[in-house]
Amino acid sequence: MTGFFSFHRFLAIIVKEFVQMRRDRVTFAMMIGIPIVQMVVFGYAINSDPKHLPTAILAADQSVFSRTIISAMENSGYFKIVRTVATEDEASFLIEEGEIQFVLTIPESFSRRLVRGEQPSLLLTADATDPSATSNALTAFRAVAEAALVRDFQGPLAHLKRGPPPLSVILHPSYNPEAITQYNIVPGLMGVVLTMTLVIITGLAITRERERGTMENLLSTPVKPFEVMLGKIIPYILVGYVQMGVIMLAGRFLFKVPMIGNLWLLLAVSFLFIAANLGVGLTFSTLARNQLQAVQMAFFFFLPSILLSGFMFPFRGMPGWAQMVGETLPLTHFLRIVRGILLKGNGLAQILPNLWPIGVFLVIALTIGLTRYRRTLD
Amino acid sequence: MTEVAPVIDVRDLTKTFGTNIAVNRLSIQVQPGEIYGFLGPNGSGKTTFIRMLCGLLRPDSGSGSCLGYDLFRESEQIKVQTGYLAQRFSLYEDLSVRENLQFMARIYGLPKIRVLVDETMERLGLTRFAGQLAGNLSGGWKQRLALAACLLHKPRLLLLDEPTAGVDPKARRDFWDEIYLLAAEGVTSLISTHYMDEAERCHRLAYLAYGNLLAAGTATEVVAASGLHTWTVTGENVHLLSATLKKTTGVEQVAPFGNILHVSGHDPEALGAALDNLDRGKYRYEQSEVSLEDVFISLMQNNRRDH
Ligand SMILES: Nc1ncnc2c1ncn2[C@@H]1O[C@H](COP(=O)(O)OP(=O)(O)O)[C@@H](O)[C@H]1O
Ligand SMILES: [Mg+2]
Repeated sequence: MTGFFSFHRFLAIIVKEFVQMRRDRVTFAMMIGIPIVQMVVFGYAINSDPKHLPTAILAADQSVFSRTIISAMENSGYFKIVRTVATEDEASFLIEEGEIQFVLTIPESFSRRLVRGEQPSLLLTADATDPSATSNALTAFRAVAEAALVRDFQGPLAHLKRGPPPLSVILHPSYNPEAITQYNIVPGLMGVVLTMTLVIITGLAITRERERGTMENLLSTPVKPFEVMLGKIIPYILVGYVQMGVIMLAGRFLFKVPMIGNLWLLLAVSFLFIAANLGVGLTFSTLARNQLQAVQMAFFFFLPSILLSGFMFPFRGMPGWAQMVGETLPLTHFLRIVRGILLKGNGLAQILPNLWPIGVFLVIALTIGLTRYRRTLD
Repeated sequence: MTEVAPVIDVRDLTKTFGTNIAVNRLSIQVQPGEIYGFLGPNGSGKTTFIRMLCGLLRPDSGSGSCLGYDLFRESEQIKVQTGYLAQRFSLYEDLSVRENLQFMARIYGLPKIRVLVDETMERLGLTRFAGQLAGNLSGGWKQRLALAACLLHKPRLLLLDEPTAGVDPKARRDFWDEIYLLAAEGVTSLISTHYMDEAERCHRLAYLAYGNLLAAGTATEVVAASGLHTWTVTGENVHLLSATLKKTTGVEQVAPFGNILHVSGHDPEALGAALDNLDRGKYRYEQSEVSLEDVFISLMQNNRRDH
């Protein structure tokens, strides 16, 4: 009867939470209102000028000119050459995974045609999911490449300095060719709204019981901490899905965000993210002395989440320490997953590198929460 | 009667908060079916003691058992058979009467919840409030709901922390009728209260001040053990006497009860002498039975925090 976990006690908590949720108009309004308000507020993008974006080179032509262009790219500060790839497939896989932002393709006949003055083309492919991250670099590239080549045109090639531009650059922003920021913002909002509301709502869940004195009654019954925690989490997971639904519908019909990926996959992996946030909220509510403190703690978690996750500023534009902090936050990984699935059509294999960190985070948060949950009033 | 194991049996139970000793080496025994009263001024440790019994607080030291289970190691078993009514209303104000009871019934894993909740509401006269939010009930009905909630699982022991505070006299009387019925069914109750009439209804009682147990036993035993003697004084404007009497040697306490003054002290000769000085034409006085209240006032006066 007093075993470790009992379904009837767990069920009792769930039913109670649902009834209370239904009665609490403010919370209910918050759950639906916040996604809508945020969609409107963040409809405008925040731009910045990120540098050192990871770039891969797919060079079929190993001439001095190729090397000139590559080193000029690096000197410009916008690009950081991290890989050389052999095939187009490999390049597009790296972009899909989000490991690199650009691929520069130098065609086989590049130097030969350059010398002949045939204006050969360079192809710069960009992951433009987040246009604010790539637009400056794309703009800079053409000028950088031309200026560098002109310096190489000495002696017999000097005549190339005059005349038309020596090469043409083909820019290929994949995934979000029109550079519409909402495409990036709307999926991101999903993570932001879930973080904000779920951490606050569950942050209040246990603190409220303590503040209203109902904890005293709860503790005098045989109910276990784990049953209370889980019973409080489950109803809010549903809330999380309702919020996702609101945002996806608005994204689809208001902002016309393309959703090419598998929505079921997105819903499935969101479970982990939602649970992670609820775990944080519950942990806060075991630490906070009153509801105000719980809200403050939620805010202190929310701020770095929104600032350092790559939602507000392109992740790669942030300083190293900020990126390190960002990597520990579930929102960072969730943003990559959502954008990956919705805009790039990523599958499970591609999002896996961002899935497990959320899982680790969830386990840690729940463990802290459970050990901190006081079984007595001491 | 053969020897039966006490329902509550604690020895030297102590709880401190920082430097504040809330309960100081308290030892009491409560027998099955008994209604045991817990009295004492605010902050004397009644709530703290009751919380330790039902596993809400961990005692710092001492030993004890409740319903035969060890207080330190078996609080889970104690919880299953105990009904605790907290001093502050601790059910959900945003749930209806029925929802609150259903919640508690589920928590205890009780069978046939619907029937059980209906029966319990019927028994305590809550049926007509079934759909009302608990937060909208009056004080008396809230307490009845709280009592109903801790009776659902048919506990053998009730721990009631000031269940009738702020409740009107009629509701208090009904509440006590219920406690008596339960006692007749064999349920043991430990009740803390500030009301003297309630103290007198208890089979036995304990008086606490600043964490110390000052007196325990039946009302008669407590009065006898106090060694107190009381005279009542009546007459025109008798309350004007009170200040003078307090300064008279032999008089330890003067307490007005309406138009009567209770004058008490431990030394009957000195007390009698003090009263002989009164104007017999104006005032009538006579030795009377010592009331529980006289005893408690005396206990409280002699046990100020500063000693
Ligand atoms: N949770 C707590 N933390 C700190 N001090 C407490 C706590 N609970 C009670 N106390 C202190 O313990 C003493 C006894 O309080 P309590 O048991 O509530 O007395 P009573 O119920 O008789 O009024 C008081 O001095 C009170 O301030
Ligand atoms: Mg109290």
